Amino acid sequence: MDFIAILSIFVLACFVGYYVVWSVTPALHTPLMAVTNAISSVIIVGALIAAAASGSPAAKWLGLAAVVLASVNIFGGFAVTERMLAMYKKKEKKG
Amino acid sequence: MEHVSSTPVVGHLAAAPAWAMLAYLVSGVLFILALRGLSSPESSRAGNRFGMIGMLIAVITTIVTHSLANIAEIGIAIAIGGAIGYIVAQRIAMTAMPQLVAAFHSLVGLAAVLVGVAAYLNPEAFGILDTTGQIFKGSRIELGLGVAIGAITFSGSVIAFLKLNGNMSGAPILLPGRHILNLGVLAGILVLVAIFGRETPELFWAILILSFAIGFLLIIPIGGADMPVVVSMLNSYSGWAAAAMGFTLQNTAMIITGALVGSSGAILSYIMCKAMNRSFISVIAGGFGAEASAGPAAKTDRPWKRGSADDAAFILKNAEKVIIVPGYGMAVSQAQHTLREMGDVLKKEGVEVKYAIHPVAGRMPGHMNVLLAEANVPYDEVFELEDINSEFAQADVAFVIGANDVTNPAAQTDKSSPIYGMPVLEVWKAKTVLFVKRSMGGVGYAGVDNDVFYMDNTMMLLGDAKKMTDEIVKGLAH
Repeated sequence: MDFIAILSIFVLACFVGYYVVWSVTPALHTPLMAVTNAISSVIIVGALIAAAASGSPAAKWLGLAAVVLASVNIFGGFAVTERMLAMYKKKEKKG
Repeated sequence: MEHVSSTPVVGHLAAAPAWAMLAYLVSGVLFILALRGLSSPESSRAGNRFGMIGMLIAVITTIVTHSLANIAEIGIAIAIGGAIGYIVAQRIAMTAMPQLVAAFHSLVGLAAVLVGVAAYLNPEAFGILDTTGQIFKGSRIELGLGVAIGAITFSGSVIAFLKLNGNMSGAPILLPGRHILNLGVLAGILVLVAIFGRETPELFWAILILSFAIGFLLIIPIGGADMPVVVSMLNSYSGWAAAAMGFTLQNTAMIITGALVGSSGAILSYIMCKAMNRSFISVIAGGFGAEASAGPAAKTDRPWKRGSADDAAFILKNAEKVIIVPGYGMAVSQAQHTLREMGDVLKKEGVEVKYAIHPVAGRMPGHMNVLLAEANVPYDEVFELEDINSEFAQADVAFVIGANDVTNPAAQTDKSSPIYGMPVLEVWKAKTVLFVKRSMGGVGYAGVDNDVFYMDNTMMLLGDAKKMTDEIVKGLAH
């Protein structure tokens, strides 16, 4: 992929982000932060590449450390979002 | 953008199989759906699942195309991190959510820095070497920006965490000449990135060190009450850091996610600033709380009425409609459960109970909503400022608990007030205002007196928010 193709994806994704985030209900802004936290740990992709590569032991260990950090975030972020979202309940209908 | 056209099709990434590129695209789309789900509580949990699946796809794709050889080590690393994250997520108290989010941001920032350094040390593995054995110029700029944003996110989030967690005073720390210092450092970083893009690879380390420093410098002058903006801003940065790394790795999932998270944090910062009627620049410049409280505290000896819990219980019981206004003080004293009990008792008595939330109540966007949800308050009883403000005039009681500045009429009437122009909850329009507050001495973070305290229809309930609510619940029982 050349730079322009990547830039196009980036710019379009910014617009998608803009419209999607404005449609998030304010009541869920805290879960929004928690889940964006979790998904921004997709940086684990870079960490995995570094951890897998031969050639530089230092880079490999840095990669593994980054895998640990990103995993904390991924598991922690999704789990805490799940926990919060489970708490949002509607009024019970009185029968 | 000449460096771009010179990108030859060599290296691992350019050679990534088509299926892998499609898989990354799919996970990017799933992340979009994860955020889309949050448009309503009903769809939100499905959205979260989409996010998890997206992450799983991205991780598996990367492992299959790159890391199969080291699968054991990587498995252990994921297991360690995953266990820590999961346990923390299960144990954390909902009131500590702002700290947790700040801590998570710092991890994303640090991970971005580590990945950036690894790419710098072993560029071949990332497929960013040109034919002469140098890192592509474009990739160097992306790397420089990536580690810079990552480092700022890390050190800034650490400070935000320390302030939110109470390890560090929430009061702004003001260095002399900080604006010039900060602008100088920021400009320095940009210049270094530009030079690093052209030559002198050693500058990489200088960029890193300066960026760690500016993260600290930017956040220490910002006061506790401005934290909603700071946390949102750091959220945004963590996204841009991921996006910059995505450019280096030419990875669609990372770029889409980075853009989503970046815009999400930026929008939240904007909403928070607007709710305080302050410009983003003034929040970032910092020092709000300090300057205001340093001014002459014009304490008047105006008369005010003090009520007991029993008085409050009597008034609440005889009301037809009660609007509860929670603020940070409710979170501090963990009063949300007792408050919900009070609401339940009132509802049994046939009183209509609603909750009104100001966007900046608490220490992060949506903080109050989560706490009320935790206490089992149904979300359809909880309303945002613009949806409920017109209802105060028909309410018998406005029950303000742990909020102050967000109910101050000076924001509408007094042009000299530091909070003038900020949208406020018009609690004073209710027949009676019950104002739970620790003491009469303290003023809100803006350091301004609140006229509501002295109005004829206001009864001050002085004491700890939780204890006072507890006593009111007891008072309602008899």
